[in-house]
Amino acid sequence: MKALVSVKRVVDYNVRIQVKSDGSGVVTDGVKHSMNPFDEIAMEEAVRQKEKGKITEIVAITIGGDKNEETLRSALAFGADRAIHIKEAGDVQPLTAAKAFAAVMKKEGAQVLFTGKQAIDDDANQTGQMVASLLDIAQATFASKVELDGAKATVTREVDAGLETLEVDLPAVITTDLRLNEPRYLKLPDIMKAKKKPIETVSFADLGVTAAAGLKTTKTAAPAGRSKGVMVKTTDELIAALKGKGLL
Amino acid sequence: MTVERDVMEYDVLVVGGGPAGLSAAIRLKQKAAEAGKEINVCLVEKGSEIGAHILSGAVFEPRALNELIPDWKEKGAPLNVPVAGDDIYFFRSATAAFKMPGLFVPKPMHNEGNYVVSLGNVCRWLGQQAEALGVEIYPGFAAQHPIVEDGVVKGVQIGDMGISHKGEHKPDYAPGMELRAKYTLFAEGCRGHLGKQLIEQYGLAKDADPQHYGIGIKEVWTIDPAKHKSGLVVHGAGWPLDLLGTDAMGGAFLYHFENNQVVVGLIVDLSYTNPYLSPFDEFQRFKHHPVIAQYLEGGTRTSYGARALVKGGLNSLPKLTFPGGVLIGDDAGTLNYAKIKGSHTAMKSGMLAAEAAAEAVLAGREGGDELTAYSDKFKASWLYDELYKSRNFGVFLHKFGALIGGAINYLEQNWFGGKFPWTFHDLKLDHQSLKLAKDSQKIEYPKPDGKLSFDKLSSVFLSSTNHEEDQPVHLVLKDKSIPIAKNLPMYAEPAQRYCPAGVYEVIGEGDDKRFQINAQNCVHCKTCDIKDPAQNINWVAPEGGGGPNYANM
Repeated sequence: MKALVSVKRVVDYNVRIQVKSDGSGVVTDGVKHSMNPFDEIAMEEAVRQKEKGKITEIVAITIGGDKNEETLRSALAFGADRAIHIKEAGDVQPLTAAKAFAAVMKKEGAQVLFTGKQAIDDDANQTGQMVASLLDIAQATFASKVELDGAKATVTREVDAGLETLEVDLPAVITTDLRLNEPRYLKLPDIMKAKKKPIETVSFADLGVTAAAGLKTTKTAAPAGRSKGVMVKTTDELIAALKGKGLL
Repeated sequence: MTVERDVMEYDVLVVGGGPAGLSAAIRLKQKAAEAGKEINVCLVEKGSEIGAHILSGAVFEPRALNELIPDWKEKGAPLNVPVAGDDIYFFRSATAAFKMPGLFVPKPMHNEGNYVVSLGNVCRWLGQQAEALGVEIYPGFAAQHPIVEDGVVKGVQIGDMGISHKGEHKPDYAPGMELRAKYTLFAEGCRGHLGKQLIEQYGLAKDADPQHYGIGIKEVWTIDPAKHKSGLVVHGAGWPLDLLGTDAMGGAFLYHFENNQVVVGLIVDLSYTNPYLSPFDEFQRFKHHPVIAQYLEGGTRTSYGARALVKGGLNSLPKLTFPGGVLIGDDAGTLNYAKIKGSHTAMKSGMLAAEAAAEAVLAGREGGDELTAYSDKFKASWLYDELYKSRNFGVFLHKFGALIGGAINYLEQNWFGGKFPWTFHDLKLDHQSLKLAKDSQKIEYPKPDGKLSFDKLSSVFLSSTNHEEDQPVHLVLKDKSIPIAKNLPMYAEPAQRYCPAGVYEVIGEGDDKRFQINAQNCVHCKTCDIKDPAQNINWVAPEGGGGPNYANM
């Protein structure tokens, strides 16, 4: 069984995000980037499934400029067998990404697409679902446990009320949640080997994809600062203060 | 317990991805290409990426870069802001200052032809150039210790990943690799933790004066475009440090960079004597001086960081070579303190070492020998000449204070061309300079106003520092009792104040005091390793990838 794993290059989770002074977006120049942490979980899951013998080949895929090669090298160090780099600079909207992933799914005849439930930069949480919809295949989102078994997958997902278990026919899209696994450390020897693994470069045109333009960012702003707190001395004062705010 | 470790062998291994290490790696590949042969070069860097741990002013002198990559402009090097003006101020008090007339500015402080840069971004660019030439660069992996066999340095061992706070192997434990090479170039920057061991082990500093250090604290601000003067460089001496005295020396800088950014910083010499002095708080109050505040008011602080720097110059330079390896850049201490610049000198030292190593590898030598050609090349280079001219600067300042020492330096630099017939020495070690707390005056620092000045924790937050939480503390006390039993009564435990990241705290009351180390805050500046009066704190590398994630620093 062949698995596709999509990996997005995002501003690193340790970086304190800064909004550009003209409000057109966030500062990305000179800022550390790394693989979207939810995609790391997707990558880890694919590798574990391969180690269990459920998957035979893992293909990592990304969309972006030259620097995305780093992200693919990380995916290859995790254990992907090869990678596809859809080389397109500039903003990519979720629908565009979904169209591209759907095209590659078809072309590769992959049985499952593992992808993070969302990326930590735009938090859109749409791409996985859209791929499933475009291909008219099953989707299992927010996975916290995955079992692959021939023609179907059993996926436990985290919902508000607790855990829900789904059985889906393959091919399917599985989006990964935080508690599915803990991604491994990339080992230096694996990173060295990853440098020699193949990366194929394609464009949207090669895949027959036209960029969607349904979303327009009108403004980006930093969250408003917290107003100063009030120290209270007694419970009565606290109750009075809460009542004053109409909270009690 | 023995652990099975993977081993990789290279011709040359570079430890550290700063200006020295990257320039060396590039030069090695260039020399190999010239000879039509292959030299395989590996570079490891403890930061999560190249540039993540780089912090410098920085006014950049392109001399070494012109030699290394003459077409750097076409290749897109981030040198975009030529220095447009040099102002030097003597700060007399919290409100007063006088500007030094241009005539009296010592030659090394002239900045025509230099650029205001983010050294982090210059290193990111150098990293790309190196990778394009085939250098294997591995960020996120910290060298733990040198591999020394029969007195010969054979490479380094990379730190293990996945060890718990208690020292046990976690499920994701991954043993660090051994990287072996014919020659290893150590380029860790000021007070490198491997360099320190090697200097000790091979007695490299036995003929040199003691090394001297400073701590530089820096912030990046985005300011009102109306106040921004691209390329304006401001340097200052005096308040809040000493202008005439020698108890607390140092200097300040403010550079106007691109995109309405200014960088502002204060360097405090680690030879300061009052244990109550806090470099961080001195810097915070410094920003309220009208000369500085005029630019910062209404602006936003976007980044914060700190790094120790080496300033002993030529007199303090250790022997550069030992069997199988060399020290380059500030791991040796090539910074020119009279210019307050170390990037071009670090790069040049890396290039010279690379040339020596390339010659050896191309000549078919097996490695492990001493690259004495590097020392010879160093002595014959403009780098040596430059450091020779500046050799007395730091000593003048330490002995006579910023104003008088600065005046003597002006005489030497501008009238004697840097060639006084005498060499002056400064033999007191920085960690021995503190006076006892009982003989020192407490310093009451003003409360930060949240506009120009800030507290330590909100500052560290801006350095994007991160360490895996469950790992051994990387600030190792040789004797756990010293902070409370000795440093506290004698020096009011100065670690609480000299650390710019709030790593060290004394908590508890009365007899129930204890010393707490918040290692996850550490910005890898190395000040504690230098300044602790008992030399009791040993900075070792935490798990690879930990530490600050500086952007545009």
